[in-house]
Amino acid sequence: MKWETVIGLEVHTQLATKSKIFSGSSTAFGAAPNTQASAVDIALPGVLPVLNRGAVECAIKFGLAIGANLNRVNVFDRKNYFYPDLPKGYQISQLAKPIVEGGALTVVVDGTEKTIHLTRAHMEEDAGKSLHEDFHGMTGIDLNRAGTPLLEIVSEPEMRSSAEAVAYARALHTLVTWIGICDGNMQEGSFRVDANVSVRPLGQKEFGTRREIKNLNSFRFLQQAIDYEVRWQIETLEDGGRIEQATVLFDPDSGETRMMRSKEEAHDYRYFPDPDLLPVRLDDAWIEAVRATLPELPAAMQTRFQAEYGVSAYDASVLTGSRALAAYFEAAAQKSGQPKLAANWVMGELSAALNKAELDIAQSPVSAARLGALISRIQDGTLSGKLARQVFEGLWEGAGEVDAIIEARGLKQMSDSGELEKIVDEVLAANQKSVEEFRAGKEKAFNALVGQVMKASRGKANPAQVNELLKAKLQ
Amino acid sequence: MNPFDTSLSALAAQLATKQVASRELAQVYLDRIAALNGTINAFITVDPEKTLREAAAADAAIAAGQAGPLTGVPIAHKDIFCTDGWLTTCGSKMLSNFVAPYDAHVIERFKAAGLPSLGKTNMDEFAMGSSNETSFYGAVKNPWDTARVPGGSSGGAAACVAARMAPAATGTDTGGSIRQPAAFTGITGLKPTYGLVSRYGMIAFASSLDQAGPMAPSAEDCALLLNVMTGFDPRDSTSLERDKEDYTRDLDKPLAGLRVGLPREFFAEGLNNEVAAAVEAAVAELKKLGATTVEISLANSKLAIPVYYVLAPAEASSNLSRFDGVRYGHRAPEYADLNDMYAKTRAQGFGAEVKRRILIGTYVLSHGYYDAYYLQAQKIRRLIAHDFAEAFKACDVILGPTAPGTAFRIGEKSDDPVEMYLNDLYTIPANLAGLPGMSLPCGFDGKGLPIGLQLVGDYFSEAKMLNVAHQYQRVTDWHARRPEGLQS
Repeated sequence: MKWETVIGLEVHTQLATKSKIFSGSSTAFGAAPNTQASAVDIALPGVLPVLNRGAVECAIKFGLAIGANLNRVNVFDRKNYFYPDLPKGYQISQLAKPIVEGGALTVVVDGTEKTIHLTRAHMEEDAGKSLHEDFHGMTGIDLNRAGTPLLEIVSEPEMRSSAEAVAYARALHTLVTWIGICDGNMQEGSFRVDANVSVRPLGQKEFGTRREIKNLNSFRFLQQAIDYEVRWQIETLEDGGRIEQATVLFDPDSGETRMMRSKEEAHDYRYFPDPDLLPVRLDDAWIEAVRATLPELPAAMQTRFQAEYGVSAYDASVLTGSRALAAYFEAAAQKSGQPKLAANWVMGELSAALNKAELDIAQSPVSAARLGALISRIQDGTLSGKLARQVFEGLWEGAGEVDAIIEARGLKQMSDSGELEKIVDEVLAANQKSVEEFRAGKEKAFNALVGQVMKASRGKANPAQVNELLKAKLQ
Repeated sequence: MNPFDTSLSALAAQLATKQVASRELAQVYLDRIAALNGTINAFITVDPEKTLREAAAADAAIAAGQAGPLTGVPIAHKDIFCTDGWLTTCGSKMLSNFVAPYDAHVIERFKAAGLPSLGKTNMDEFAMGSSNETSFYGAVKNPWDTARVPGGSSGGAAACVAARMAPAATGTDTGGSIRQPAAFTGITGLKPTYGLVSRYGMIAFASSLDQAGPMAPSAEDCALLLNVMTGFDPRDSTSLERDKEDYTRDLDKPLAGLRVGLPREFFAEGLNNEVAAAVEAAVAELKKLGATTVEISLANSKLAIPVYYVLAPAEASSNLSRFDGVRYGHRAPEYADLNDMYAKTRAQGFGAEVKRRILIGTYVLSHGYYDAYYLQAQKIRRLIAHDFAEAFKACDVILGPTAPGTAFRIGEKSDDPVEMYLNDLYTIPANLAGLPGMSLPCGFDGKGLPIGLQLVGDYFSEAKMLNVAHQYQRVTDWHARRPEGLQS
């Protein structure tokens, strides 16, 4: 039987506000345990939540960026359950009236565009952390994270493969960091993915029973977890078994998913509107003020890059992988006046060097202005591609401006045709055998002669010029 | 000196003119508390050292010419308000070891205004009760008859004012917890419009209904106290941002032309005859002062009790989840695992009435029951508010009994929760609508027990209600009477 995979993702993004969603405590990561937990965060008797407008503005930005409907009146609810790292015994979240509904993201998988629709996105508070190690069999509670603002972004079950799920998650990651509402740091838990996975016989309309894989904190784990889960579900069904609705965890060491709790063990969260908080009212003035702070979005920028700079659709999508990368490319393209060359250099030499050094574009030792200057020197014939790579190395090492490196290292391409002609003549005289072979019709011999000239010029000859001169002399 | 028959404004004047020092005044009350608390049980915590230190600070402020209208007048605070450095129990074993590390907004206000705290008053556990019998710290006795309850949940506050163990007290009112004990003890108490007094630091029972207010012998006293308590607080999202009012401004206005609405539902079956007669006599008194009456209907108010006993427990079941033994308060000494710790801690820490309400609240919010109970109750709540809105088109203030009867005997209703809940029949509608309400003494029954009269006003009409009450108190002396023969 042929099976179809159905995937929907729930992504928890930590919003990049300075303070918590309902208190003034800092949200900075990594502080000593419980040093960023105020009376409100630890839920002392009598304390009350006060909504952080900054968190609402992050959610508005996101809604605008995905073309969603913003609920003009949205409501915070209490989700009730007991856990030691949940100080109030309830989490403040949004159930019936979330701030964002609808919207869509377009992703490219194997060269094909696909639009994934979003169900909703709602604001909520993060819980604290339970620490099970180093406490002699007891559990430690760190409430620094308690109250950190989250935007939970829920997709429709429209993905049909782990590749699509990863493409969607990556596009979402790009977007939330692009619009500055999330730092995107997956190691620190700023972007956590839950995957709802089910399978059904191809052609069947009804969904299969889903299992939810919790808390995937890398794209690789997302892919591995879904692939394992899909195989497991298909095998289970083909062996005559049944899928029970459940929440599962992915173990990166074994590469397997394992059951955390079944549907029977699921909580009744007893949601109801939080009487301590007023409904959040969005008016046009507020929404428009937030809209004015939105940067050009990746999709719009890709279209513009193709039109303005003549780069391919694929290149445009790579170059808009992050806002910093796109800005870098645009600066290099404008400085050099050679957008296509700039695109090749950014995606080629520069990206390779950054990857090797495990650096982010923002940490690049080579500025966009210098890369642009380098490209200009290729364009005006001063540098061959090979020489340019040597200059790039100099730039990477911090050896100064492009022209200074060319000068200091003697990397200038030979532009004096008299000097080159002299070298060509010497090479022809010294390689009579190759000349004869060429004249006898062996094309390969010509390449050997070019190589000899380049060698004699120590790489500084302009290859096009060498070709021309050799052809003229051999006719 | 005898401050016990002196109004707050007169006490403040004596303090300001240095006829008496705040320290002396505080000591007089501390002595009376020491003498009577064994009988009345109005206070859970007294700390004379702290009280006298605050009184000394008030004296210094007076000496420095920095006195406000009530500087140096001592006050008692309900043990529901977090008070920095004071045991704050909310009448529960759960918080019997909880020393608050911060001040509630109301406490901050009174401290800033220079009113020394005489201590923390007894109350029904987590404010759940109408008799003060559910307190972990034992029942409070009614100073008019110590075999009887003082009402609840602000029973300690009401009793200590009635017994003149404090010139004034703070209370909170979720379904009548200021007004009903005020009625049972012959004092004046006011529940302001919801949102007028910040709930920050007031331990939550039912967040959408809870409101703090003043309790004192007279309406004039309450007006002065309300001036201190009200005002916007950014720490409470339901606190209202309004211009500061002087609630004493209309006290002396004549009542000519005042339209008093009499809801026929509040004078119907279930009302004790003596109470009805006293309230009707008060109406006659107001007419003499120039008021007219109009019969109104609050047709949906008969649903107020069932609605309240869905909504208040629903909110309470969630509000009380934080008492889990993890961070503060009682934790069971022995347990097998996490769930056992929760179960034992809460089984030991909460009393029967609190457990009953947590169970009711958990039930009505459960999957499959939410629409039938919680949502339905919210709809009726809106209808009740609408009834009031309609009524206020025809009248300026609504008048009726505060409670169906007078103080009952300790133990009389404690085995019948529904009978107990009926005590709040007339007070709950104002909480559901968020309207201000107050109770003032209007007579005594044949057993010598005080009878309370309730006024309910439109939103933000506290000054008008206080005006009506004050004018009434100028021509009557019910509020000036106090129990005789109290002995330690």
